[in-house]
Amino acid sequence: MSLTDRLLQLTLLALTLAFVAPLLPGVIAKVKAAIAGRRGPTLVQLHRDLAKLWKKDMVRSETTSWVFSAGPAVTLVTTLFAALIVPIGPGPAPLAFEGDLILFVYLLALGRFFTTSAALDTGSAFEGMGAARDLTFAALAEVALLFGLLAASAHAGSRSLSTLLPTFDAATSTAPLLLVSAAFAIVLLTESARVPVDDPNTHLELTMVHEVMVLDHSGPALGLVLYGAALKLLVLAALIAHLLLPPLTSQLGWLALLPTLLGLAALIGLLESVTARLRLSHVPAFLVAAALLSGFGFLLEVT
Amino acid sequence: MKRQDLPTIRNAQATPCARLPTLSGARFRDTVLRAIEGGSRVSALLTLAPDAASPTLLAVLADDLAGHLALVQGRLEPGEAFRAMTPHAPEVHLFERELAESGVRVEGHPHLEPVRASPPAATRFVTLGGDGHEVAVGPVHAGIIEPGHFRFQCLGEDVLQLEIALGYQHRGVERAMVSSPHGDPRRRVHYAETLAGDTTIGHGTAHALVMEALAATPAPPRGQAIRGIGLELERLANHVGDLGALANDVAFLPTASYCGRLRGDFLNLTALVCGSRFGRGLVRPGGVGFDLDAVRRDELLDRLRATRADLRSAIDLLWSASSVLGRFQETGRLTRADADQLGLVGPAARATGAERDVRKDFAFDLYRFVHVPTANWHTGDVFARAYVRQLEIEHALAYVEDQLLTLPAGPTRVAAPLDAPLARDHLAVALVEGWRGELVHLAVTDADGRLARYKVVDPSFHNWQGLAHALRDQAISDFPLCNKSFNLSYAGHDL
Repeated sequence: MSLTDRLLQLTLLALTLAFVAPLLPGVIAKVKAAIAGRRGPTLVQLHRDLAKLWKKDMVRSETTSWVFSAGPAVTLVTTLFAALIVPIGPGPAPLAFEGDLILFVYLLALGRFFTTSAALDTGSAFEGMGAARDLTFAALAEVALLFGLLAASAHAGSRSLSTLLPTFDAATSTAPLLLVSAAFAIVLLTESARVPVDDPNTHLELTMVHEVMVLDHSGPALGLVLYGAALKLLVLAALIAHLLLPPLTSQLGWLALLPTLLGLAALIGLLESVTARLRLSHVPAFLVAAALLSGFGFLLEVT
Repeated sequence: MKRQDLPTIRNAQATPCARLPTLSGARFRDTVLRAIEGGSRVSALLTLAPDAASPTLLAVLADDLAGHLALVQGRLEPGEAFRAMTPHAPEVHLFERELAESGVRVEGHPHLEPVRASPPAATRFVTLGGDGHEVAVGPVHAGIIEPGHFRFQCLGEDVLQLEIALGYQHRGVERAMVSSPHGDPRRRVHYAETLAGDTTIGHGTAHALVMEALAATPAPPRGQAIRGIGLELERLANHVGDLGALANDVAFLPTASYCGRLRGDFLNLTALVCGSRFGRGLVRPGGVGFDLDAVRRDELLDRLRATRADLRSAIDLLWSASSVLGRFQETGRLTRADADQLGLVGPAARATGAERDVRKDFAFDLYRFVHVPTANWHTGDVFARAYVRQLEIEHALAYVEDQLLTLPAGPTRVAAPLDAPLARDHLAVALVEGWRGELVHLAVTDADGRLARYKVVDPSFHNWQGLAHALRDQAISDFPLCNKSFNLSYAGHDL
């Protein structure tokens, strides 16, 4: 890959992270609105919200400590870091190295550790419940994610996401790919707090999972939380897009990748329009199903 | 006193106070308990003169099978304490707390906390200690709802106990009914209509019935028919809105969006009749304030039929989604025995298999001649409460259509009913099946024919207990769904 090519890729990546990530929740909201017969907010509503929040003041509870402020910041940084490890466009990711798949999984875990710690730091009963739910679900979703990545790793003979994702394709490994894709779809819905695991639109604190943990953040900190969530959605959607698409070899690959990402967002919107949310006590079963799917995919690869 | 010896009246009937024998406190208690044992329900329990040295107690016992209301009156000696009936009859739990608040000394009550008059924050909640944790919700809520405080005692995600402390909306309606400036009867109509904004026509009708009984000015048939149509339109709008809200709570978008619009359509039908989406100004003592001419009647029929078709597809969507049924079924279960003991009314009671419905048991107005089938289901869960609503929607649609086609001719209202003198030293009770259940209005006049006491029992007063009970051993994350399936009024409870 030439230097200009590399520079072009990095520029496009930066633009994607900055502008396409906030677009995904916009697409989901638009699809849901269209199906419900409404016009809905504009596609760039999150961009506008972020710009507005950035200009606002922050209200901080006097009973919170530095942990509360660290929550949104650390979570955003770890997600950004993860976004630089996952190959989002064509070619290897900027920070690719052998073994980065383990770092990727634990970066997400570290971000979650700080989000939940910040929630507990407020001392609110609501936020404590949200944190407990989030950690319970994450522990199960992590298994599904890790087994899926290990399946791809076993197929590709590499432990770097930038090598293993393009190599793991439908032509050479149909069944494991399908199993892992399905598992990742469930992980995506869980990690990005969508229906049927969570309800991003509800105003009822007692039923929330992710939303309730960030109730006390305001202004720029809330902006970081919202952007971080959108970024996580992008990273996980990119992971799935790479499984679905053939290897992206030139910069033209962006033209295939971006519509796939938006298409995945539209699919989430469609799903949220036709299905109700699961009973909270049934969510673990849903996640165990994801773990079994990718675990089976892994077994198929190693035997 | 034996049950068959008790003085009884029919619904919306007045009777001279002198007809009621005055029992001692202990005999009053025995009589009421025996009647409850015999299958009667306590529709109202009150003191006639709050803060009097020697309080007079009155119980209205509804006998659903016989279709009459038994009245029991008792007087406590100055300083005498009333021994609580709650340990034997949980349905009077809140009534006795209310008695204590109006100056009666109540003894032996298991949980004598404020109902509405003193600050709800003063409530001493039952706590569990140990590994349990408390979750406090409200009185300020997310979303646009009324204020109320909910205290959950939880073990992890499971609710062991829920206590509900209300009273934030207390505005003294009962007192204002009696002492409104110069006893202005017009002002009273307004107070009745704003007892619970979503039950404007229900409370308006109950008030009209009780005043008509005292003034002996019954509404003419056409007036009765139009306010019956109004009452059913109110039921339709609220039930449809509730089905949409239930769908929204489980994040099921199609029915939520659909029903949100359809609720508006039904409200607009009410507006077509009287100019107000919530039916303000429709019901007046002595009849209704608005007539339905042929043109508007035809438009009403057309729009009703169009809305009915849309409604069917919205509800079919709800029942065809297994993800929705999975959430509704087995959630927030209440057994028939619990519902009877707690004295639940309305769809919440009928969802446990009970058959009580004021329109059938204590028929008033045109319900005496046109029967509305009673809808019930036996499972007592969120699904049952939703399903009973759907059945009632269908019955209400049929009733409204039928009434529109056979609207009696004649006047809509008696002449100058508000100026008619009220019977002296009389007592009247009116029961109306509002969309939430049994509404009770009770009025007593003094020797000059002026109102001396006015009592309102909103169905929410009975049913909040049902909600608290339905939450036992449920997941706390299902509370909003259960709450929506009861959809109770804070204003109606707080008065």
